[in-house]
Amino acid sequence: MSLVNYAAREITCKIVYYGPGRSGKTSNLHYIYNQVPGDRRGSMVSLATQTDRTLFFDFLPLDLGTISGFTTRFQLYTVPGQVYYATTRKLVLQGADGVVFVADSQRRQIEENVESMQDLHENLAEQGIDARSVPLVIQYNKQDLPRELIMDVGELDDMLNFRGVPYHSGDALRGTGVFETLRSISELVLRRLSGNAMPAAVGAGRVA
Amino acid sequence: MSVLLDGRFRFDNYVVGASNRLAVAAGRAVAESPGASYNPLFIYSPSGLGKTHLIGAIGFAAKQLQPELVVEYVPLDDFVDQLHLAVSSGQSDAFKQRYQRVDLLLIDDVQFLTGRRETQSEMLRIFNSLQSSGRQIVMASDRPPSEIADVDERLVTRLAGGLIVDIGLPEYETRVAILRNKCAEREMTFATGVLEELARMPCGSVRELQGALNRLAAHEALGERPLTPGNVRAVITAGRMTPEYARPAAGASNDEFAGFLSDIAVAVAQHVEGWRVRLGERIAHWQSGGYRTAMLDRALSLTEEVDVDALDAAFAAGVARLEQLEAQAVLLDPRLAGLDVFRDPERVADAEARVEQAIAAHDPPPAPWPAFTLETLIAGKSNQLATRAAQSVLESPGSQYNPLFVHGGPGVGKTHLVHAVGNALRRRSALSGPVACVSGSQFVDELIAALQEGTVDRWRARYRAAGALIIDDVHALAGKERSQDELFYLFNALHSAGRQVVLASDRPPSEIGELEARLRSRFNGGLVVAIQPPDRALREALYARSLVDRAANAEQGVAALLAELPVSGAIEVESVVDRVIHAARASGGQITLSLVRRELNSGGAATPTSVPSVADKSFLDPEKMVLEWADLDGRIIEELR
Repeated sequence: MSLVNYAAREITCKIVYYGPGRSGKTSNLHYIYNQVPGDRRGSMVSLATQTDRTLFFDFLPLDLGTISGFTTRFQLYTVPGQVYYATTRKLVLQGADGVVFVADSQRRQIEENVESMQDLHENLAEQGIDARSVPLVIQYNKQDLPRELIMDVGELDDMLNFRGVPYHSGDALRGTGVFETLRSISELVLRRLSGNAMPAAVGAGRVA
Repeated sequence: MSVLLDGRFRFDNYVVGASNRLAVAAGRAVAESPGASYNPLFIYSPSGLGKTHLIGAIGFAAKQLQPELVVEYVPLDDFVDQLHLAVSSGQSDAFKQRYQRVDLLLIDDVQFLTGRRETQSEMLRIFNSLQSSGRQIVMASDRPPSEIADVDERLVTRLAGGLIVDIGLPEYETRVAILRNKCAEREMTFATGVLEELARMPCGSVRELQGALNRLAAHEALGERPLTPGNVRAVITAGRMTPEYARPAAGASNDEFAGFLSDIAVAVAQHVEGWRVRLGERIAHWQSGGYRTAMLDRALSLTEEVDVDALDAAFAAGVARLEQLEAQAVLLDPRLAGLDVFRDPERVADAEARVEQAIAAHDPPPAPWPAFTLETLIAGKSNQLATRAAQSVLESPGSQYNPLFVHGGPGVGKTHLVHAVGNALRRRSALSGPVACVSGSQFVDELIAALQEGTVDRWRARYRAAGALIIDDVHALAGKERSQDELFYLFNALHSAGRQVVLASDRPPSEIGELEARLRSRFNGGLVVAIQPPDRALREALYARSLVDRAANAEQGVAALLAELPVSGAIEVESVVDRVIHAARASGGQITLSLVRRELNSGGAATPTSVPSVADKSFLDPEKMVLEWADLDGRIIEELR
């Protein structure tokens, strides 16, 4: 799927929320869904298990209307975080214009975060995509939890953000950092309109 | 040791108010003497009001008082995972033993027991074992035991058997105290009245209160506007920290989305490159006209900037040519309007070919004379080579003998043969176009007329679209340079497209004077075959048919008698029959053998008994004789001068 169709004057942007199970990917989408006026959003498709974990994926289409003459649409997807849904994750990741990595800030989840980040890189590589060329933003979610339970953003960044991509601290349930993250990834993705697709890692600057 | 028990959650940093006084008192008692007073202790409250902090504080305090105590904190989810792992790896005994060693067991999120029968029964066993040995259990949940759905009765009675306490929403004073505590912890200061104003706002939990405080801190750090009690509400509302605002009803304000939208607009405006937009506009423009824009689309995918104006001009030139061609085609056949081929500037050549076809269909080249067919051609020894070659051509036109060059003296049936081939080809449905059948002199005349009228392109197109080309008397092109030139290109076009060319001449290619070598070699490149004057058997057949055709009343053996004398070809046969019939009419009607003998012996230059020399014969041949010279006077005057 191409990001932009100049003839039809359309921008279609697929953003995938990636991360370990229960890190808050679906919460991000829920929050966005609730913020967007009804006429701008499609119905959110969410296939969840009984215990409310994402089984397949969530899909939220957003119609941003006409921007600079371009009909602009965003498609937000989440992947199932649980390890055993690897195939679905690969499918959802296909054709993504940008990836938001939602990390769980809880101290006890650190290994899951690292594993999921590795999984992301493996899946990209499997599809023949150079991970460095894919716009990526990290959200350190659940920063609202008691300080004692979580790692602070600096610590997390040292562990996960080895490419120095933009990151945000978040509380997806209440919306802190949700739109900042979306804004940040959109900005990175839209840079590709300039033709010379800029790798997210280089000179992207930190937004926190 | 669990992170929950490392001392961050303590009683001394837990703000006690009316809403949680009972829970804290019970917790302290349990920490001081586990297993002695309230066992189990069940704490419940909506999320974000400090359950986790409280049970963490109980664990930490108990450990402080009795360091040798085994304290275990486990959220129910983890408990379930551990249990599953133990069962699947066959170590469920180790799992039981692990929990039976614990002196103080702290279990969080007990509401997740719902529907988990296996976990419930395991937990029941552990509870029985711990309680019977006087060890403490503390549980936290977001609802009281009686409201946890689908839980074993026995477990519910166990859970409810000790003390059940709830934690309510903190009242204003407690909220202020919590906020002040947090500020002290993080070394933040706010203007007087700010925290109080924040505490006055509705709030669903302590966690939300903290979130609101964070928002204020962030705002303060930005330093845009100093925080005052008056604008606290505005700042918090903008951030939508409270659940009421976090889930706005339909039609509620959507500042956050609007902000996002305006940022996207800026990013798009900033990153969309001008030349791509212009190119996109041109593509949309041409596409709306129904044109294929693959050429421009390719340019759009280049990373380097392209010269949009030049590219568009080239495209426009292609479109202009297509419009011209389409207009031309529509004049010939209105059904050709809007054909795909007229919509793709990359296929101008195809469009030109299509117009040629239309011209050929509308104004077809001369067709073979229908009277000449293979069925009426009488084959004999003298022409069998030529007729066999013609059969081969019909079996696979364009591939075996291309061109087929037939030569022979006048009247031997060349014209009949090539027209017959033309007619047979016409009947083939597989042929890609009409069969053009023209004499050499007609070809030349048409070209001259086309040159006069300036319609050479059109004239050319008629022949180019032909499925097969037949030129009789091709020697008429001798010395006509322009005609030979046209024939050369026409021949090449047809030959390369695999279309059959058949040529007839009174002499072989090598003997046609003033013929360009390139044409001569092409004529020789196929099959050159001669037709001889008819032999006796063929002559007899020709006479017999001619007499039948004219319904002449002839005596038996007349044809055989006539065939005794040689003739040049079928045409001479006809003239002999003419004379015999004429004589018969004068003498009573029937053609008798004696009449024929008399007529043959009566002499005259034209009689078969005295076969004229070649030069005289051509003078007598009605086909070759020029009876009227239209511009005779002009010629004579010219020569006189």
